Amino acid sequence: MRRREFLTMPAKSLGGLLLYTLAGEPVRVQAQDGTVRVPLRFFTADEARVVAAACERIFPSDENGPGATETGVVIYIDRQLAGPYGRDRYRYTKGPFVESVPEHGYQGQANPREIYREGIRLLGDFADLPAAQQDERLQAIEQTVFFQMLRAHTIEGMFSDPMHGGNAGLIGWQLIGFPGPVMSYRDEIDRYHGLPWRPKPKSLEQVTRRRVKGWEEEVD
Amino acid sequence: MRRLKPVDVVIVGGGWTGLLMAKEITSRTALSVVVLERGPARKTEDYATTMDELDYAIRLRLMQNIAEETVTHRHSSADRAGPIRQHGSFLPGTGVGGAGEHWNGISYRFLPDVFTLATHWREKYGRAPLPEELAVEDWGVTYEELEPCYWRAEQMMGVSGKAGNLRGRLIEGGNVFEGPRSQEYPTPPLKSSYLSTLFRKAALDLGYHPYPAPAANLSESYTNPDGISRPGCAYCGYCERFGCMIGAKAQPTNTLLPVLARKKNFTLRTGCWARRVTHRDGRAEGVVYVGPAGEEVLQPAQTVVLASWTLNNTRLLLLSGIGEPYDAASGKGTLGKNLTHQVGAGAQVFLDKPLNAFMGSGSLGVAFADLDGDRALDRSSGVLRGGHFQTGSTGNRPIATFGATPPGEAESNWGAAWKKAALAWRDKVAGVGFSGEHLSYRQNYMDLDPTYTDKHGDRLLRLTLDWTEHERRQAAYGGGILAELAKALGPKAINLSPPLGRYTVTRYQGTHIQGGVIMGGSPERSVVNPYLQHWRTPNLWVVGASAFPQNGSGNPTLTVLALTYRAADAFVDRYSKRPGALL
Ligand SMILES: Cc1cc2nc3c(=O)[nH]c(=O)nc-3n(C[C@H](O)[C@H](O)[C@H](O)COP(=O)(O)OP(=O)(O)OC[C@H]3O[C@@H](n4cnc5c(N)ncnc54)[C@H](O)[C@@H]3O)c2cc1C
Ligand code: SF4
Repeated sequence: MRRREFLTMPAKSLGGLLLYTLAGEPVRVQAQDGTVRVPLRFFTADEARVVAAACERIFPSDENGPGATETGVVIYIDRQLAGPYGRDRYRYTKGPFVESVPEHGYQGQANPREIYREGIRLLGDFADLPAAQQDERLQAIEQTVFFQMLRAHTIEGMFSDPMHGGNAGLIGWQLIGFPGPVMSYRDEIDRYHGLPWRPKPKSLEQVTRRRVKGWEEEVD
Repeated sequence: MRRLKPVDVVIVGGGWTGLLMAKEITSRTALSVVVLERGPARKTEDYATTMDELDYAIRLRLMQNIAEETVTHRHSSADRAGPIRQHGSFLPGTGVGGAGEHWNGISYRFLPDVFTLATHWREKYGRAPLPEELAVEDWGVTYEELEPCYWRAEQMMGVSGKAGNLRGRLIEGGNVFEGPRSQEYPTPPLKSSYLSTLFRKAALDLGYHPYPAPAANLSESYTNPDGISRPGCAYCGYCERFGCMIGAKAQPTNTLLPVLARKKNFTLRTGCWARRVTHRDGRAEGVVYVGPAGEEVLQPAQTVVLASWTLNNTRLLLLSGIGEPYDAASGKGTLGKNLTHQVGAGAQVFLDKPLNAFMGSGSLGVAFADLDGDRALDRSSGVLRGGHFQTGSTGNRPIATFGATPPGEAESNWGAAWKKAALAWRDKVAGVGFSGEHLSYRQNYMDLDPTYTDKHGDRLLRLTLDWTEHERRQAAYGGGILAELAKALGPKAINLSPPLGRYTVTRYQGTHIQGGVIMGGSPERSVVNPYLQHWRTPNLWVVGASAFPQNGSGNPTLTVLALTYRAADAFVDRYSKRPGALL
């Protein structure tokens, strides 16, 4: 058993406080003395701090609106890596592993968990650096598989359904005016031509009134 | 190995083609039919809680698990192939309904001359030589012969659209360049999105003939000739890569399965992975498969039908040692040849008004076919076949679409400056596309990989495929028209897709993979006859886009279904009465 690790963050920085445990049970994380402690499934607390800091540079919280921190992107990534995706259950991983042409994409043996562990190690004291130096460090690794994954996962964590751990309080969807899953646009599709239609976003659970489990919850 | 009681017909694959063959045979004969599908059972109710972009559109929860079986790829016979380790340029389906569960539903007919392209070119160019490497063939069936089957496929699915050529009479607003149709579409076109409206106007301004893209996503409630009723589309925008939760999109599970469920002579077995067709002296004897508990089973049958999509149709024949594998060096052999995909180009157009592009439907769009085929082309262009142009309002979901910025506006694709620009342009980015015919070449083919294997230890299929100068010219030609079209949309900025380089497996280009088990008029040049019956093993039928000698410019499935109806007719009306070679 791994030691229980927690991500500790200021309560007001996280948009929504409804989180799920590994067993898929909803828990309300209590804000005591202004901080929340989120149980981690894969990262250590130190690793989570590095990843959270890097995601914040990729999708910063600034005068143009909230970013990776408020939406809980690092929690999203933690869960993806803890689940079957993190262990490459859906990638062809038989050898031999041979460097191939760029048109064949990533051909390596390392799975997403291993790619993150190594990437985080190379980022070192990243979480304690000033923003400008953090950006330099990320620029230096822009072409790596790790960074490309991190960028893709940041966007996923911003804009996926909150059941996956990110997009807390539907902040990501509010930011871009995405309504979430809507059963029907029959009455809207040929009206609102050139005019924005921006209903308040709803999650899949709110729309279907059913608790839906993400694929990452599947035990294998 | 467990040996089961023999059945009349065993079908490998429970997707569009497998279930359509099963429906026709069990409805019109008393023959016992068993379908073997390696994926899980699926039904409309499963889709009630699947409107989740991450799991279904990004992680591809409905697709084949590529960890268990993939294909390898190389650009030429001289290269070493590498496995496609994660899904990319195409997305094979799994489970009952196959890729037909999570398709878009776009349902074009092919141009008449696609079916007789070799002859057409001889007539058009006489003896003037075409590139030596071309492997283009006639299909052995004409558009006129196929037309009634196209119509049956359209009726079965209830395709929504507008005819442009009714028995030779041209109709404004439909595709006036299509082959003559015997009937108007079963249902009227879908509603028009804002983008559709803009595109139609731009195309008209340029002198083209736009028409609503034909959609297997119903515009209104409809009952098909089998008595199956489905409701009209809700434009929910969770369409391709998802199953339809209300059954508005035609899928095998909401059109064919309800009919089959009532048939006593039909059995569906899921979790059954076919590995070999057993055969002796030019006769197929049955199918060996691995069942849900991992047990090896032999299902003997009078007739075997392969309906496992292009890649597995080809692979199962290669693994079973049926037919002569194609040898690219000598040009000998027919099995595996004429591999094609789809030629494409695209442009992002940055507009000044919001599109509400999250609303949409898998086939909602507008197209024009003025430059399809070669009617408008001359030899000097260096382009032998064109294609069609279209826009789609398929439902923009945020993970896949957020982040587009006009060229030069943000230096990087992350960070504060990118975020600001991406937020400013969100929901104002329209996509327009070109889809061209991919011709067949001697050097593009499939065989078995010498190195990599699937989870059962069977050799993977190896694709040898690259674009030639011709496809690069085609894409550049399409790109030029797209640039004009984009300008006519009154854009703030335009982003054209880069020129076509080498074939890449990492970018999605459509689940339109054709060839390998091609149809044709002679056993020397094709594997199956024009009824999709194997030339040398007449109790073996191979249905699907594996039969295409080359590709049309439109999406393949309607043509696949039309060919399957034609095969089923030949099977029921002739073969089931007198089994044996039809030709
Ligand atoms: C995202 C997406 C969008 C698409 N959009 C369009 C569109 O708009 N228009 C269009 O025309 N086409 C579209 N297509 C393509 C369309 O889905 C296919 O052309 C069509 O489903 C092919 O039908 P099929 O029966 O040949 O194969 P499938 O539907 O793929 O069915 C084959 C079945 O065989 C099974 N199988 C394979 N091997 C074995 C084995 N060894 N043993 C047992 N079972 C096996 C598979 O699990 C699968 O269920 C799209 C596809 C995708 C993925
Ligand atoms: S867009 Fe229409 S056809 Fe597609 S899934 Fe939604 S309701 Fe069904």
